[in-house]
Amino acid sequence: MSEFKPRVKERRVDTKMVPLPSDVIVPERDVSETPVLECRHLGIDFGGLRAVQDFNLTVGHTEIAGLIGPNGAGKTTVFNLLTKVYQPTRGIIMLDGNDTAGMSVPKVNQAGIARTFQNIRLFSRLSVEDNVRIGLHNQIKCSMFDGILRTPRYFKSEKEMHERSLALLDVFDMADQANEVSGSLPYGAQRRLEIVRALATNPKLLLLDEPAAGMNPSETSDLMDNILKIRDKFQIAVMLIEHDMDLVMGICEGIAVLNYGKIIAKGTPEEIQNNPEVIEAYLGKQVEKPARTQADEAAEAVAPADGQGEE
Amino acid sequence: MAKMTANETTAGKRGRHKMSRTLRSNLITFAIVIGFFVLMEILIATRVLTYSLRGQLVPICAYACMAISLNLVVGISGELSLGHAGFMSIGAFTGAILSVALANAISNEVVLLLVCMVIGGMMAGIFGFLIGIPVMRLHGDYLAIVTLAFGEIIKNILNNLYVGLDASGLHFSVVGTEQLGMSNGKVLLSGPKGAVSVNQISSFVIGILLVCVCLIIALNLIHSRSGRAIMAVRDNRIAAEACGINSTKYRMMAFVVSAVLAGMAGALYGLNYSSFIPSKFDFNNSIMILVFVVLGGIGSIRGGIIAAAVLTVLPEALRFLSTYRMLIYSIVLIAAMLITNTPQARNVLRNIRLRLKGSRGQRLATDVVSAHVADATNEANAEEDGADE
Repeated sequence: MSEFKPRVKERRVDTKMVPLPSDVIVPERDVSETPVLECRHLGIDFGGLRAVQDFNLTVGHTEIAGLIGPNGAGKTTVFNLLTKVYQPTRGIIMLDGNDTAGMSVPKVNQAGIARTFQNIRLFSRLSVEDNVRIGLHNQIKCSMFDGILRTPRYFKSEKEMHERSLALLDVFDMADQANEVSGSLPYGAQRRLEIVRALATNPKLLLLDEPAAGMNPSETSDLMDNILKIRDKFQIAVMLIEHDMDLVMGICEGIAVLNYGKIIAKGTPEEIQNNPEVIEAYLGKQVEKPARTQADEAAEAVAPADGQGEE
Repeated sequence: MAKMTANETTAGKRGRHKMSRTLRSNLITFAIVIGFFVLMEILIATRVLTYSLRGQLVPICAYACMAISLNLVVGISGELSLGHAGFMSIGAFTGAILSVALANAISNEVVLLLVCMVIGGMMAGIFGFLIGIPVMRLHGDYLAIVTLAFGEIIKNILNNLYVGLDASGLHFSVVGTEQLGMSNGKVLLSGPKGAVSVNQISSFVIGILLVCVCLIIALNLIHSRSGRAIMAVRDNRIAAEACGINSTKYRMMAFVVSAVLAGMAGALYGLNYSSFIPSKFDFNNSIMILVFVVLGGIGSIRGGIIAAAVLTVLPEALRFLSTYRMLIYSIVLIAAMLITNTPQARNVLRNIRLRLKGSRGQRLATDVVSAHVADATNEANAEEDGADE
């Protein structure tokens, strides 16, 4: 289990997870609040392929939840279901106690789910500040006619947008890059900007799709601080997909493990680290290992040249 | 920009700096339009301008508006529309009918022209909305093909439309002038012969005014919440929707505003002639407008206006070459596209730009606007080239 030992400092304050009657766990501080997200029997089929099935998950009001699993397990598909990029074939998604059935992608964002993307999707030709302003689109309103006729409301809304976008950028120390073209930012900054833009839509639940992909350990460490900072400052829930186990085990309070579209384990980081099914999903079956190794060794000892030829 | 980052770290300063930059760019655009107007007025007063070139002034204004209009769709919304001449013809024919029908009610020519342009624009906007409903379900090439088809449909409907005016009001028919059922009326639209008796009320002054209005609408739209939403959908539709932006709504907004501007430009264009035919606004015309936008730099409002002006005048100016006129015209087009896209030529243009910037830096900011009006065309082309990178 050396893969799961954090190389960077662990930041998780030991949150006590409490089980609820309906077979879910949430952080103790969120027990009295409505869970921000409740998925029940969620599933989607692509033709004959059951990409996700019987997905049950509850995310507490201010929980940092992790969704992990091997490549192709269906993690991003779950995010696409939650944000209604795909309409689920089965099951329901409750956001803060309200059913999201039939909502479109923009509507579900207005209802309170914001996301980032695995492959960065910024408005690359626009400035950093304009990217955040687009995130503020539904927070500060001003009609097309106000814009064309430059009414006082236009100037008021633009001023407010400017102030709020700079305040948001400041959380990630990016205020001094506000006028740069977003496509020309370094990779890490583009990832941060995507998070700022998602935060600008004033979400209740922030979905981060592999936020640490391509980051070095020190950047990942900063990212962990930032995710905790976001949670504390905005009092929102964060759900993240990540392959970097240092990050997942370091900050997530509840973790769900997905394999072949099904949840194979849910629990605290400790429980997940010691769950035999999870270890099997990631590393293969332990019991078969010695047997296979012996057979291989025997085969190699008998005919090493043949073995190489076969490969 | 890099230097600015180092020197000015406070957020407020940087915000103001950005505002002034877009403001300056917009002011230069307006200065070019006003400068062109003043220059032409001087040339008319001194009788330098030939009669045929004088006749091109209103079309230049109309096509400059068309370039602004199409730039909203192609450059800002990122969709290829090949039927923009259709919206222009709706404006032109609406204007042609109204210019006669309302001539008694409104005696002042300027007011009549403005009314014709506004209603022409509104009609084009309504058609833009109706066409937009099916078109906005499509993207890319498919959208282009469908807009092309709608352009042709509009042309063919107008080719079969007969409108007459008598004491009892307007009469419509799709069969012929005899079927209009008028006693002693005036035929306004006569099918393939087009608008046959137009009240020629367009003027260069109103044309320049319309260019300015179109500029204000387009530039204000781009730098507003709605404009940013349109550009967000252009840059990344999935991300824009994930930010809570209704992509269909904002693509439709760009399309309809563009149609309104095209309709107004069409009314101005049509009312410049005593008669015009529907075939004038065919596919070739749509492509020509697209050439203005592409040549001026997609998304560059200023470049589009300049390209429209140059390419509208060029066939007239090359008339002395008679047979070789269209040959030279196409060579100029190809050369312009090659020059703006080869690295060597871009370097030359960038050097020119830097030299102009260097000499400009010593002057006061207010001088910038009024300077270089005479050679505005060259300078703006060079500057636009750099700004678009």
